[in-house]
Amino acid sequence: MGGAWHQDVTPEPAGFATGSPDRSDDMSGSIPLRRIVRLPALLAALVVGVSAAPGAAEELTFVRLTPAQYQRAVHDVFGPSVRVDEGGAVLGVRDRGLLAVGARRSTLTAAEVERYEALAQQIAAQVTEPARRATLIGCRPAADDVPDDACTARFVERAGRFLFRRPVTGGETDLYVAVARAAAETLGDYYAGLRAALAWMLVAPEFLFRVERSEPDPADPGRLRLDAWSRASRLSFFLWDSAPDHLLLDAAESGDLLTPEGLERQVERLVASPRAEQGVRAFFSDMLELDRFATLSIDSSLFPRFTKNVEDDAREQTLRTVADHLLDRNRDYRDLFVTRDTFLTPPLAAIYGVPLPRSQELGGAVPWVPYRFPEGSSHVGLLGQVSFLALHSHPGRSSPTLRGQAVQQIFLCRTVPPPPPDVDFSLLQDTYNPDYRTTRDRLAEHRRNPACASCHNLTDPIGLTLEVFDAAGGYRTMENGAPIDASGELNGRTYAGPAGLAEALRDDPRATSCFIERAFSYGAARPPTDREQAWLADVEAELTDGGLKWRALMRRIARSPDFYTVVPGA
Amino acid sequence: MSAKNEIGRRTVLRGMLRSGAAVTVGLPVLESFLNANGTAYAATGAPLPPCFGTWFWGLGLIPNHWEPAVAGPDYELPAHLAGLQPIRSKMNLFSGMQVFLDGKVNQNHYSGAQGQATGMVSRNGGDYSTSIDTLVGDHIGRGTRFRSLEVTCDGDASASWSARGSSGLNPSETSPLALYARIFGDGFRDPNLAEFQPDPAVMVRHSVLSAVSEQRRKLMSSVSATDRARLDEYFSSVRDLEQKLAFELDRPAPLPACRVPEAGTEEIGALVEQVERTHRQFARLLAHAMACGQTRIFNLTMGSAFSRLRLPGEVNAYHALTHEEPIHPELGYQPGCKWLAERMMDFFREFVQTLDGIQEGEGTLLDRTVVFAFTDHGEARMHSMKRYPILTAGSGGGRMKTGLHVAAEGDAATRVGFTIQQALGLVNGSWGTESNQVSRPFSEVLA
Repeated sequence: MGGAWHQDVTPEPAGFATGSPDRSDDMSGSIPLRRIVRLPALLAALVVGVSAAPGAAEELTFVRLTPAQYQRAVHDVFGPSVRVDEGGAVLGVRDRGLLAVGARRSTLTAAEVERYEALAQQIAAQVTEPARRATLIGCRPAADDVPDDACTARFVERAGRFLFRRPVTGGETDLYVAVARAAAETLGDYYAGLRAALAWMLVAPEFLFRVERSEPDPADPGRLRLDAWSRASRLSFFLWDSAPDHLLLDAAESGDLLTPEGLERQVERLVASPRAEQGVRAFFSDMLELDRFATLSIDSSLFPRFTKNVEDDAREQTLRTVADHLLDRNRDYRDLFVTRDTFLTPPLAAIYGVPLPRSQELGGAVPWVPYRFPEGSSHVGLLGQVSFLALHSHPGRSSPTLRGQAVQQIFLCRTVPPPPPDVDFSLLQDTYNPDYRTTRDRLAEHRRNPACASCHNLTDPIGLTLEVFDAAGGYRTMENGAPIDASGELNGRTYAGPAGLAEALRDDPRATSCFIERAFSYGAARPPTDREQAWLADVEAELTDGGLKWRALMRRIARSPDFYTVVPGA
Repeated sequence: MSAKNEIGRRTVLRGMLRSGAAVTVGLPVLESFLNANGTAYAATGAPLPPCFGTWFWGLGLIPNHWEPAVAGPDYELPAHLAGLQPIRSKMNLFSGMQVFLDGKVNQNHYSGAQGQATGMVSRNGGDYSTSIDTLVGDHIGRGTRFRSLEVTCDGDASASWSARGSSGLNPSETSPLALYARIFGDGFRDPNLAEFQPDPAVMVRHSVLSAVSEQRRKLMSSVSATDRARLDEYFSSVRDLEQKLAFELDRPAPLPACRVPEAGTEEIGALVEQVERTHRQFARLLAHAMACGQTRIFNLTMGSAFSRLRLPGEVNAYHALTHEEPIHPELGYQPGCKWLAERMMDFFREFVQTLDGIQEGEGTLLDRTVVFAFTDHGEARMHSMKRYPILTAGSGGGRMKTGLHVAAEGDAATRVGFTIQQALGLVNGSWGTESNQVSRPFSEVLA
């Protein structure tokens, strides 16, 4: 799909070529002489231009784009038919449970820059190829084999506004034009010159990083806030996981976005857009650590039904369930722990051991079928889904400790420390002891040992309840011929199995505050400060009574000036 | 040096810059021709430059089964290390070393390897520091196409210990075919071909990157203090790529040992036989990359320290096995873990032999290389930070002695990395932080 942005605001085929306001109509103008000067002089002019902004307090911070944001940004500008190859390693760092927070600490290593440069060449070549020129470049050069600075400048200004999420300065345009000219002359091809300029923009730090620029807050001169352009980016990446569209950029340019009313208008527009779904999906992919599917290895000889298709479908099942629950049905986040509504494909149905009506019978072209697990089924909520159960297992064996740790860390924001060094586990390792047939038997030993108990008491009572699910997420009642005892306890509340655990989590206030904190941290790409913690507690109090709805939470965070405050050094 | 070629290249550059836009192009130093048997530069008689690489395997070895009884040159390899016998004379074995936590939480399967790779142990798993390959590379790795090459054999791109600065690890290449394409695909210039013509398109790409580098000043002037180092690392990466393209624009010095290998096919996965095959391919590609002058620095990991390596149908991967396989009552060790640890040593032997199989005049590629092999735990079963097995192979062009067992007594494991740094000519007086800081190399190993 072309992204809702195209549907919302721009006529197809895409891109800035048809969508942005036209400020440079002079296509035939002669090449400004000042552009044919030496590059260092241009750079000097640029430096002056940049530092001309008033206010010594201004500072820049950088948040690296994720591969998904990179791809979406390219598609938003140049249309979805431009191929952006995946693969190649761009590593994310998870900080405070989120890759989004780690992105503020990440740089680009040599191998990553090498990959992005190759990608930039590939994208620039596609944008300038004959079939796309007419729509994407927006002007025709005087001749195909010589430079045309006016046309280049026009392209740079229009593309640059979207790629850099702010206007390209005159000095910057001069630079890109100079490089395009030099390359066009060397290679005897106007479009090769344009390609060079575009490739440069695509490897520039202003594109690969979200550059956040701050300014003194007029309402409180002692504080710093994001400037209008950076505010537009923060909002857009938060709600859409993508770069701002032209309406949002316009609101930044006019200053409207800095007013409470203007901000509210944009927040409402973004929250209501179909693109909000990609925002929800991106947030939950990050929070639920679904990136770990890349290295998941469930043994298919032990679990023959767990194929590569199941991996892909399990990930998608969770994201579909979440998007349907939070957006289509506007339900409470906390009910994601107890919902029985989901979507299945035939391979997933085989893992869950449930009959599935064929999608054709339901008139669907895709294999996804809405499905409701019956009352009494243990497959309840997110914890009963294959994605959670398999991601936190060993290749051939479930792990109460891994699953319990995941619940604590992902849903309750609680860190479970690693075991201390030089601890002998041999007591626990005897899987052949007839007295210790189930994992519960063996882990009970763990919890009797004081060195282990402090942490295993956090993880095991949760994880042991999920032992009715094997490593692939299938339901079972026996382990090594002994019945599985799925009883457990959370916050002093006892339960007999997964449904009870799910209810205990839904009602656990830490799950609510954790989720709200994660949402804020995800949007701001940093954890909240103490002051913001207090503010988030207010948000929590406000929202939990009426139901913790996604759109309400997004509005509440995104409309608050605190969300755009800059904390130096944070 | 070919003066004619130099002029030709500058002429093309001038063509590129006819518009008057003086895009600065940092010209790499052209390497001079080698002598007749390919062991040294003809003009200066200087030997081929040394290479350095790390080889990481997860989960250590079986305690009490790998440490030789005596130190020095006359030691016998215990049965657990019998696989290393064919390379014994070209390697060193270090025992009795530890990594100090200094009261910090032991990030299992992380802190120990981090300590050996960077000299520091961080407070939490997210922090990192410049790694030994980067330090050594800055000293001996200049003037090659790739600053370094990182690979891993089990498909997990995050399985890496290499970093420049504190902003994250250099990701590992998981695909031998992708690595093949990076090294021997577009941009590769066979150093032994008589014909050389710089590619104007590469020249344009190079000039663009030079322009990106020029942006550094502008951004640095207003960047926040916390982000300055990070942004600098980005620009350093850009410079690395700039240098790679500059290298491609230069006529390479002939290297008689350089052969372009076959690309082959690949099957990436965590099964032992898949990892073994992937490792074999990477070993070959890295060896040829060095023989062809493409890099002097590499980092190979067998995979994540939480090793996912396993046999088909085995419920536990290697890491879980170290914690859950019972100690055999008669044998006194975990037999499954021992078998896997011995496969690791087999893979190391194969790696070393691959380098040793490339003849360069009188010596081999291994002879001018130092391989530093390290692991995450002394005894993985107990997350032990003591009694680390550490290996080196190759002499770095005669800079290190080989054939020795060095038996330390509780010394910081960073002493091995520091010894390598000293051997390869780094002039730092010490390396590491807190209790892992060392200033004394193992002098018995220095040539």
